[in-house]
Amino acid sequence: MLQRFVNTSNAMSPSVPLQEMIRAIRSARTQCEERGVIQRECAAIRAQFRQADNGGRSHNLAKLLYVHMLGYPAHFGQMECVRMIASPRYSEKRVGYLGAMMLLDEKQDASLLITNSIKNDLSHSNQYVQSLALCTLACMGSAEMCRDLAPEIDRLLRASNSYIKKKAALCAVHIVRKVHDLGELFAPAARSLLAEKNHGVLHGAVVLITELCERSPETLERFRKTVPDLVQIMKGLVISGYSPEHDVAGISDPFLQVRILRLLRILGRNNEAASDAMNDLLAQVATNTDSTKTVGNAVLYETVLTVLDIKSESGLRVLAVNILGRFLLNNDRNIRYIAMTSLQRIVGTDHNAVQRHRGTIVDCLKDQDASVKRRALELSLALVSATNIRSMMKELLLFLSSCPLELRAQAASGIFNAAERYAPSQRWHIDTILHVLTTAGGDVRDETVPNLIQLITNTSELHCYTVHKLYRALLSDISQQSLVQVACWCIGEYGDLLLRGECQETEPVQVTEDDVLDALETVLQSHMSAPATRGFALTATMKLSTRITDNVDRIRSIVSIYGSCIDVELQQRAVEYNALFKKYDHMRAAVLERMPVIEKNSPGHTNGESTREAVKEVQPAKVKQAETLLPQQPTSQVCDLLDLLGGSEEPLQPNPAVGSTVPVLPISTSSTAGGDLLDLLGGLEPTPLTSAPTVTVYEKGGVTLTLSSEKQSDSGLTVTLTACNSTDSDISSFTLQAAVPKSVQLHMKAPSGDSLPARGAAKVTQMVALSNPNKVNLKMRIRISYTSQGSAFQDTVQVDSFPEH
Amino acid sequence: MIRFLLLFSRQGKLRLQKWFTPLTDREKKKVIRDMTMLVLPRPPRSSNFVQWRDLKIVYKRYASLYFCAGLEQHDNELLALEVLHRYVELLDKYFGNVCELDIIFNFEKAYFILDEFLMGGEILETSKLAVGATMEEADTLQETMEEYMSKPAY
Repeated sequence: MLQRFVNTSNAMSPSVPLQEMIRAIRSARTQCEERGVIQRECAAIRAQFRQADNGGRSHNLAKLLYVHMLGYPAHFGQMECVRMIASPRYSEKRVGYLGAMMLLDEKQDASLLITNSIKNDLSHSNQYVQSLALCTLACMGSAEMCRDLAPEIDRLLRASNSYIKKKAALCAVHIVRKVHDLGELFAPAARSLLAEKNHGVLHGAVVLITELCERSPETLERFRKTVPDLVQIMKGLVISGYSPEHDVAGISDPFLQVRILRLLRILGRNNEAASDAMNDLLAQVATNTDSTKTVGNAVLYETVLTVLDIKSESGLRVLAVNILGRFLLNNDRNIRYIAMTSLQRIVGTDHNAVQRHRGTIVDCLKDQDASVKRRALELSLALVSATNIRSMMKELLLFLSSCPLELRAQAASGIFNAAERYAPSQRWHIDTILHVLTTAGGDVRDETVPNLIQLITNTSELHCYTVHKLYRALLSDISQQSLVQVACWCIGEYGDLLLRGECQETEPVQVTEDDVLDALETVLQSHMSAPATRGFALTATMKLSTRITDNVDRIRSIVSIYGSCIDVELQQRAVEYNALFKKYDHMRAAVLERMPVIEKNSPGHTNGESTREAVKEVQPAKVKQAETLLPQQPTSQVCDLLDLLGGSEEPLQPNPAVGSTVPVLPISTSSTAGGDLLDLLGGLEPTPLTSAPTVTVYEKGGVTLTLSSEKQSDSGLTVTLTACNSTDSDISSFTLQAAVPKSVQLHMKAPSGDSLPARGAAKVTQMVALSNPNKVNLKMRIRISYTSQGSAFQDTVQVDSFPEH
Repeated sequence: MIRFLLLFSRQGKLRLQKWFTPLTDREKKKVIRDMTMLVLPRPPRSSNFVQWRDLKIVYKRYASLYFCAGLEQHDNELLALEVLHRYVELLDKYFGNVCELDIIFNFEKAYFILDEFLMGGEILETSKLAVGATMEEADTLQETMEEYMSKPAY
């Protein structure tokens, strides 16, 4: 009524009482309408603020605060708060302080302006005014304000009534949080407050002491003496009669009990004497507290935490863990949740005790609640050990197939870690990883792919099994990228095992070369495949060219198609593989050989320079070792050649464009080598080389190598080598390497192929261009390597003379 | 300590916000948004505890209002549930069968009650009766003052 009376005399925009405004805002049907109402009101409020004291100020500010809560700007009310706080009227102070707590914080300049008001109000004759000041200071007091007013708070802690004392205590807590040094100031007062009877004051005192002890070890030491007092207070609460004022479901002041337990925890930590002093009490609380309602469990929970953190007797510890075990079986989800949180904390120190509850914990994996599931997962992973790995893994894999999405990555990586540490057998390990990839392949981390590949290469006896399993997985689903990548890699690497059909560990299945190539092509063409996956597939296809016999042409055509692919990465690979087919076919077998065993990763090994085409298919882990290990075979071959020919010839230098399988090795030209060569060639006159009829230069094991040469120029000579296989079995991976004297230049063209079918059905020819400007006596050492009936053969032959015209 | 206490409706409308640490308006809005998105979609019989950043969120639904508190790591979640319950009881005692509308139309009172129960993120008074008594006295003081003010000056 007063409000309306005042407003009718106000010529400015009409303003309504608070409740009417709220009603008006709520009845607005659209956001726009609401904003309209609010804008009108704010304009009115602003106008009112500018006016002199009209008795309705508190209502106006209240309206503004309501508008602020809806999310609208209200900063123009800050000064009004300052003014209201300074008002002598309680109603205005009340709303003013409320406004200060809502609109002002320590970052605003205006907050400093109320320091003086607060100071004055702290010594106000009316305790409710004092309480407003204390509350506001504790809510938004800046460090400066705290420093300023701390002595006043200390005074109030000592000499005032309970109502003010309890507020002063929590205000002191805020001050200490803001200005740590001031803790010293409050310590004596805090100590004496423990003698109070009023629960509010006691509670405040306990909170204050806790804060002081947490901040300063010296203060902690001094307050240890209070343990007996605290125990006494606690005992009083636990065994006292019914107190209606503080009772909650049969527990007397659980809030105070919990705070005391927490303080006891801090005081008893790492201190035998203090822990002893509280032992009996803790046992009493643990045994006697009624655990049917949440409130009792809250106290028990705090007790358990305290027991497990101090130096308690073993009996008490067992009691505490058993309480947690009981919590695990509680119907209330909340209780199960906090039980697992607590068990997680002690799984390191009291592992065996927690293991006893493993069954229940694993059951919680099946709980409906996401929070409980998460806790159960963390705890289950912590409980995996060598003895329970098989059963735990069954449960974990089951969990993985049905767990919520946000937990899958964590579950997958936890499973991998556990598998790595405790795998009972390698086959089990591989099976487990494959299982994870099929269920949650999209959520595994990137390192999984190289890690798995490394694991697979290390288990050579399971190559056949692994590649069969992966092939089958690939046939059923190509959406899980990690799985597809590993599968492609394995097929590329062990495709020959796949094609062979029989396998010890799985049922035999007939897989034809076309089937395999179909599978890889499906991956290549599928829109589900990520670019990296397609890279894997392409490289795998290429690798198969040396492991299959009939469909090399199909591979060739696949590779050449991708030479014009839009994806630059794929295009590059395809072009390089194409080159491998065309110009460097003689190297293809060596380049695409079986990978050697990968060594365990050295962390942080970044691959600076790219290690070439042949190892591009797998990222980091593989690449870093490939540098050192992969080129070994060809390297050693080259070294051998060097040795054979005294080290003075040019070793076989692959063209860098294709990608050298040999990292650039310094060509050792030892002085002694030169001597040998000179000896070899010494005295011989350079004979002009002319094209001549074919000469058989090598015949062994059914393989015949014939040579014919044709003079191109004064110093140039083209040599054609023809190989033929007269045995009954096919020869594959047939390659020739050649070395010539130092001054002669040699250029080997791509061979026509690398397989020699049985009984001379087809031949392989390779042209070699020689340039002999110094006209030294031409010699050539040829190394022949091939695979027949699953075994590798190697031989060398020296050609000392070339057929003349 | 309790870092913040929020009350919001099932539609996500904020009815009360108490912050016990200094945050900018932007940060506050973000927290409110995150809390509503975290709590509202949870199925009815879930546990009342959720981990959010480095805080434990304890929430409970009373009729159409969600009471949501953010606790620090060493705080007792089960006790926090009791704290929320106690606050509801205090409101109920004061308003007599409290409902959301009471808190909407009398939000200042809801804040005053809260300020008699919690302070600086800690429990201030553990006795139900004490808070009720204090509120009565303070209200009387306010009315008295207002009555006094409405008397004519002469």
